[in-house]
Amino acid sequence: MRRSKYIRPEHLLNNGDRPRLTTSAMIASIAGPDQPTKPAPFGHTLAALADRDPRIVGLSADLAKYTDLHIFRAAHPDRFYQMGMAEQLLMMAAAGMAREGFQPWVTTYAVFASRRAYDFICLAIAEEMLDVKIVCALPGLTTGYGPSHQATEDIAMFRGMPNLTIIDPCDAHEIEQAVPAIVAHKGPVYMRLLRGNVPLVLDEYGYEFELGKAKLIRDGRDTLIISSGLMTMRALEAAKELQKDGVDAAVLHVPTIKPLDEATILAECRRGGRLVVVAENHTVIGGLGEAVAATLMRSDVRPAAFRQIALPDQFLEAGALPTLHDQYGFSTGKVVSAIKGWLDE
Amino acid sequence: MTEIGHNVSLSERARRIRRNALRMGEVQGQGYIAQALGVADVLAVSYFHATNYRPQDPEWEGRDRFLLSIGHYAIALYAALIEAKIIPEDELGTYGMDDSRLPMSGMAAYTPGMEITGGSLGHGLGIAVGMSLALKRKGSKSFVYNLFSDGELDEGSTWEAAMSAGSYKLDNLIGIVDVNQMQADGPSLGVMNFEPLVPKFEAFGWFVQRVDGNDVDALVKAFDAARHHEGAQPRMIICDTKMAKGVPFLEARERNHFLRVEPHEWAEALKIIDAGAVA
Ligand SMILES: Cc1ncc(C[n+]2csc(CCOP(=O)(O)OP(=O)(O)O)c2C)c(N)n1
Ligand SMILES: [Mg+2]
Repeated sequence: MRRSKYIRPEHLLNNGDRPRLTTSAMIASIAGPDQPTKPAPFGHTLAALADRDPRIVGLSADLAKYTDLHIFRAAHPDRFYQMGMAEQLLMMAAAGMAREGFQPWVTTYAVFASRRAYDFICLAIAEEMLDVKIVCALPGLTTGYGPSHQATEDIAMFRGMPNLTIIDPCDAHEIEQAVPAIVAHKGPVYMRLLRGNVPLVLDEYGYEFELGKAKLIRDGRDTLIISSGLMTMRALEAAKELQKDGVDAAVLHVPTIKPLDEATILAECRRGGRLVVVAENHTVIGGLGEAVAATLMRSDVRPAAFRQIALPDQFLEAGALPTLHDQYGFSTGKVVSAIKGWLDE
Repeated sequence: MTEIGHNVSLSERARRIRRNALRMGEVQGQGYIAQALGVADVLAVSYFHATNYRPQDPEWEGRDRFLLSIGHYAIALYAALIEAKIIPEDELGTYGMDDSRLPMSGMAAYTPGMEITGGSLGHGLGIAVGMSLALKRKGSKSFVYNLFSDGELDEGSTWEAAMSAGSYKLDNLIGIVDVNQMQADGPSLGVMNFEPLVPKFEAFGWFVQRVDGNDVDALVKAFDAARHHEGAQPRMIICDTKMAKGVPFLEARERNHFLRVEPHEWAEALKIIDAGAVA
């Protein structure tokens, strides 16, 4: 818990030259130090697809550079529309262009699309089933800037919106496959974006993205981790660690949050008496975890136990991302110890 | 006006604010330094000429409210709050650190003297409308200032607030917009042409002045005129500022919304700022 703002952080003062973690760049990467990455997979993939598909246009609200859409803008300057820092307008203008037969790809941060522009997405876009693709950076806890930039409840909000497809990709490999699938899909889509140098994880598992499909990435007897987004990366790292201690963890990756692949989730949860852990980069309220729980309840499927790795129902703190991931249980070490603890219960 | 250090000139205040900001910037190695250098003169005049406050009692009921909507400008406001002795100077080195009271994005819950949480841009002027209405209801003589950015001129919410301030004739509200000609995607007018600003705000019912925001004397006159204006209307001071003002080699950088500064350049920048020091 944070102290009162009238109490000085004495422990930070007079601490000599001890280096301290700082919030640092907005551009904080989620990649580990030695992890392979790819630069701006979204921007490059969309720019290449637009070469062949004249319907594609790009719009941003003063965040092209920070959502990798600047790559598209550089490749297709005449098909990029700068809407200014005006997220409501961004969504309305996209709706207008979609009505005239274009396929607008709009980018901003997830907090601003969900919190500020929700009504405009809901009525101008989703209710009309318009072909608008909304791609948003800084999902969940991917910046240390504090609540103004941490989109901890975007999925909860967007799950409540009829017609909207929701994608939470794990890595660069998946983004490269998801973008063409989203182009081919007719209707509104919300995709959480990982930007900048994005980790490459799933290629090593021979993974292929299919819209609407959950995929078992590794099998295991003791626990089933159901995850989306960057938490699949953490789940896979945790599974490797757990293996060393003789714990056999399966990982079911669910990149499409809506519509949810209930059949695959139910089939996996019916197998054996495993501990089911849902891990998501989102508040514990209204995200993948609660979606899976409701699916299980509705079908009378009872795993050995059900647990969630998710953000608390709180406004999160500001700080360095690695500090915050550890504090809120997202680091690989914290995922491993949580699962071990639950298995020992 | 606040009775602290009237022997120190406003330009010297501005210089010290720039110095504080550079020292904080060095902690992170990069960041919103250009904004802080650019808006330092506006903050010097705000905090050492135009605003009433008590450094030891940041929530004193009789204070003027100074709302920073631009969360990322926190480094600039911290620099001024340190100079105003609302924040102790020795905390400067904790800027953006875990557990610091000086997070990178300004938040009311973290920092003494920080009236609102900024960062989701376009909130400030609307909150200022509400506070101005409330202060009038309480019979208070305090002013509400809102410092916002030219990027925030793009947001619809800013203009909703501007229209209501005019409609309510909020003569206790002073808007200050930092027109630094920069936004996240590049120069402001290339992102969205919000000009002409003076007739726009006038049409919304405001008393409008446009000044060189790096000219301390012009700012003093503008703040005085805003405070003493007779008309029953809100007051807007449009400040044209230069990003990175005072450090020529940083002024010359083109993409300076989020400035990267090489380790050896900090000392160089501080030297340039210190050269203007008044003993
Ligand atoms: C509602 C909202 N949309 C987008 C952003 C992301 N953002 C942060 S700073 C910024 C630029 C805004 O322009 P301005 O404040 O004038 O930038 P500066 O002068 O600091 O370069 C943007 C788009 C935000 N913080 N809030
Ligand atoms: Mg600006």
